Amino acid sequence: MTLLNIFADPHISINHYIAVSAMLFTIGVFGVLFRRNAITIFMCIELMLNSVNLLLVAFSTYHHDNSGQVFVFFIMAVAAAEVAVGLAILVTIFRNLHTIDIDELKNLKN
Amino acid sequence: MDIKEIIFWSLSTIAFITAIYTVIAKNPIFSAISLLVCFASIAGHYLLLNAQFLFIVHIIVYAGAIMVLFLTTLMLMNLNEETEKHKPAIAQIAALVIAVALGIVLMLAVRKANVILTMGPITGSIGDVKSLGTVLLSEYFYPFEFISVLLLSAMVGVVLLMKKDKTAALK
Repeated sequence: MTLLNIFADPHISINHYIAVSAMLFTIGVFGVLFRRNAITIFMCIELMLNSVNLLLVAFSTYHHDNSGQVFVFFIMAVAAAEVAVGLAILVTIFRNLHTIDIDELKNLKN
Repeated sequence: MDIKEIIFWSLSTIAFITAIYTVIAKNPIFSAISLLVCFASIAGHYLLLNAQFLFIVHIIVYAGAIMVLFLTTLMLMNLNEETEKHKPAIAQIAALVIAVALGIVLMLAVRKANVILTMGPITGSIGDVKSLGTVLLSEYFYPFEFISVLLLSAMVGVVLLMKKDKTAALK
């Protein structure tokens, strides 16, 4: 018995999209916890945002409601702003410390 | 198995493989390229869901803007050599356990919620530019304007962050 019965369903239902989004989100969480390179962690955050976007679009289409897609539009704008500011901060850190390894950035600890 | 299911499963498989390769690739450039392919397959999912406007916006924003930012930053930092040290083994195992547990919890929660939604016939007015523009500029007009303010302030903030500090060079 599979977790979501998605293989028993003959047609593509919302459960398929929920499963795909959950898997992509889990991969993103795994990447954030697994890597030490700050830029790769940023990419994994983007992956998590995109999995949520995919689920919003799927629900919007299955409900016949446009509001979900408007939310996705807003999320994309916020993600673009977040990436720009985050990468600028990373470049500044790299310019000062010559590393973006998150295990090296422990200056606030002592 | 009709053509839609074949497209769905191939796009999902591509998305999974490239997402996993994004996480495990040693070279950050390969991570970025692989993430680009993953975004392209998600854009294919959007097209499969008849979200045409978001398909175009997703391609423009992610492939055109965000990945270019990532790649430019990577090449600016000269990080394309494989110098990254790994986390200690205990942290890696903990990350794997946490991710697997999170995945199982998400799946079980959705299974318990028992979402039943069948796809009705797509009428064509969901997700195209006209209907989405109507909703965006009537119901969500103020958030739309605030988003532009947010993007402008982010731009100003980035320019401010990236400017070289003249006083710091003197000491």
